Amino acid sequence: MHYKSPVREPLILGNKDLHDITVDIARPIETKANRWWWALFAISFAAMLWLFGCIAYLIGTGVGVWGLNNSVGWAWDITNFVWWVGIGHAGTLISAVLLLFRQKWRLSINRSSEAMTIFAVVQAGLFPLIHMGRIWMAYWIFPLPNQFGSLWVNFNSPLLWDVFAISTYFSVSLVFWYMGLIPDFAMIRDRAINPIAKKIYTFLSFGWSGRAKHWQRHEVISLVLAGLATPLVLSVHSIVSMDFATSVVAGWHTTIFPPYFVAGAIFGGFAMCQTLLLIARKVLDLQDYITIKHMEYMNIIILVTGSIVGCAYLTELFIAWYSGVELEQYAFLDRATGSYWWAYAIMMTCNVISPQLMWFKKLRRNILFTFILALFVHIGMWFERFVIIITLHRGPLPSSWHDYSPTFVEIGTFVGTCGFFLVLFLLYSRTFPVIAQAELKTIVKSSSTKYNKNLHYLDAAELEKMNKINKKK
Amino acid sequence: MTSNKVIYGLYDDDDKIVNATKTLVGKGYSINEVYSPFPVHGLDTAMGLKYSRMAITSFFYGVLGAFLITLLMWYIMVDDWPMIIGGKPNFTYGQNLPAFIPVTFEATVFFAAHLMVITFLFRCGLYPGRGVFAGSNKYNPDPRTTDDKFLMEICEENPKKIQKIEALMRETGAIEIQIGEYKVKKRRKKITIKDYLKNNLNGFFRVFKRKKK
Repeated sequence: MHYKSPVREPLILGNKDLHDITVDIARPIETKANRWWWALFAISFAAMLWLFGCIAYLIGTGVGVWGLNNSVGWAWDITNFVWWVGIGHAGTLISAVLLLFRQKWRLSINRSSEAMTIFAVVQAGLFPLIHMGRIWMAYWIFPLPNQFGSLWVNFNSPLLWDVFAISTYFSVSLVFWYMGLIPDFAMIRDRAINPIAKKIYTFLSFGWSGRAKHWQRHEVISLVLAGLATPLVLSVHSIVSMDFATSVVAGWHTTIFPPYFVAGAIFGGFAMCQTLLLIARKVLDLQDYITIKHMEYMNIIILVTGSIVGCAYLTELFIAWYSGVELEQYAFLDRATGSYWWAYAIMMTCNVISPQLMWFKKLRRNILFTFILALFVHIGMWFERFVIIITLHRGPLPSSWHDYSPTFVEIGTFVGTCGFFLVLFLLYSRTFPVIAQAELKTIVKSSSTKYNKNLHYLDAAELEKMNKINKKK
Repeated sequence: MTSNKVIYGLYDDDDKIVNATKTLVGKGYSINEVYSPFPVHGLDTAMGLKYSRMAITSFFYGVLGAFLITLLMWYIMVDDWPMIIGGKPNFTYGQNLPAFIPVTFEATVFFAAHLMVITFLFRCGLYPGRGVFAGSNKYNPDPRTTDDKFLMEICEENPKKIQKIEALMRETGAIEIQIGEYKVKKRRKKITIKDYLKNNLNGFFRVFKRKKK
C-alpha cells in the first residue's frame, strides 16, 4: 500500500504516531509564548513601527527624502522589491513544484515556507506602492475606466505585466495556502477548549468535516493549484526581470535575465526558509519534523541554484566582452571595478563562492554553518539586485553621472520591512498550524521512525543516537 | 432520503478502514460516508466514489480567463485608444501579440485557480463561518476524526442488517461502534449525463431505433 524506501533517512523522527503529530503541531497554538518569542516580537514590532514612520514621512514629504537622483532612479526601493519577491519564490517552489515531483520532505516545511512567500510578497508589494509618490492614486495601475477620455494602462509595458503577475501570484499563493490550512484549522478547532478560540477556528476552518468526497476533491485542487503555481512562479520573476531586460540600458537588456532571476529567487528564498525554519524548529520544538535531513535537502537546492547564479554572472561577463559593444563592456567593467566594486565583490563572494562549501556533507548537515551561510546568501542576493540597479550611476551620458547613497529613510524602510515580515511570521507561528499536519500524517507509515523501523539503512542504535543529536541541536 | 438508524464504526488505522470499506461494499452494503483526518488513498475507489471533475472545471475557467483578458486588451490597446509607443502604434492585436502574452498567461492562471477553488468550496458546501453557530458537530459526528481516528457511517433501517454490519465492523477492526437515531442526509445517487439524456430524451432515442428497424 505505502511505498517504503529502503535507503532514505526517516522524515519524522521520535516514534511519532498520528496523535503525537496532532499534539506537537497544536502545542504552539495552545500554549503561551516564551520570553524569546516576546523579545523577538518586541524588536520586530519596533522595526515595523519605524517602517510606518518612514513611509508616513516619505508620503508626507515626497520621494525627495530618498537618496535617489536623476540617474539612479530606482535604487534601494526596487532592490528591496526584487529581493522580497525573490524570497517569496522558494515557498511556492516547495509547495508546488515539490508536490508535482511527489517529494515527501516538502510536507514538514511547505506550510511555513508558503507563509514566508505570502509575507514576503506583502513586503515586496509595499515598495512599488510607496515609490509611486502619490499612493492614493495607486488604483491607476489597474485598467479602470476613468474621466481622462479613458486613458488606459499600457499593456505593452513590463511594469504593468508586473502588476498582473504580482497580484495573481499573491492571490493564488494565498488561496493555495489557505486551502491546505482548512483541514488543519479543523483539527485545532476540534481540540480547542477555550470557547472563543473554538469559534474563531470554526470560522477559519470553513466547517471542514473530512468527508471522503471532500478529501478527494481537496487532493485534486491541490494538485491543479500546484500545476498552476509552478509556471506562475517562473513567470513572476521572469516578468520582474523584464522590468529591466526590456529596457535599452547597457547591463540590463540581456536575454539571460529571466532564467537568472528565477534561479536567484529560488536561491535567496531557500536561504530565507533556512533562516526561519532553523529558528522555528528550535523555538517551537519541531526538531522531529524539520530534521537535519530537511536542512540538507534545502542546502543542496541552495548549492544547485547558487551554481546556476554563478554561471549566469560569468555568462554575463563573457557576453558583455563578446558583444563588442563598448557601452555594454563598460557597464560590466564599472560594476566590477568602479565606485561600487565592493558591492560587486560582496555579491560574488556570497552568491558564488560561499555556497560551494555545501559540497561538503559535514557542512551541509551542520546547523550553525547553515544558518550563517543563509545570512551570507541574503546579503549576497540583496547586493546582486543593488549591483544591477546601481549600473545606472554611470550611464551613457557622462554629464549625468552620479554616485548614490541611501538616506536614513531608505535604510529605515528596508530594516522596517524585515521587522514587518518577522511580526507577521511570529504571529503566524503562534496562531496557525505551522506544519501541514493532515498531509504529514499521510507519510507517517512510509517515512517515520515508528512505522518504518527496519527498512532504512540506519540500525536502531544509530537511529537513537541521531535522535539525540537532533534533539540537542 | 432519510433513515432513522445510523451505524458509526470508529477505526484507528487508515489501512484498516480501507479494508473494512472494501469488505462491507463487497457484501453489498452502501457506505454513506467516511470521515478521516487525512486523504486516505484508495478509499474513494473502495467507497465507489466517482473521480472528481474539479480539474476539468479549472481548464474551462482558464480558457474563460484567457478569452476575457484578450477581449479587454484588444479593446484597450487596439480599439478604444491605440497608444503609439516608440513610434509603434497598435494597429492589430495580432501584430502586437508577444507583448500581450504575459498578461494573458497571468489572467488564465488567475481565473483557473480562483474559480476552481470557489467551485470546490461551493460543491463541498464550505464557507467561512460554517458551523460557528450550529457547532462543528453538526457536520462531523466525531471530532476525533480530525486527529487520528477514522469514522465510517452507514445508514440502515433493517435491524437484521444492522446486526450484520456491526459484526462486520468488529471483524474488520473497529474499536468503537455506535448506533444512533440521527437524521443524516444520504449520499445522493449521481446521475451521469448519459443517464440524464436517456431519461429525458427517451422518445428521441426511440425514433432512431424505429428507423433502424
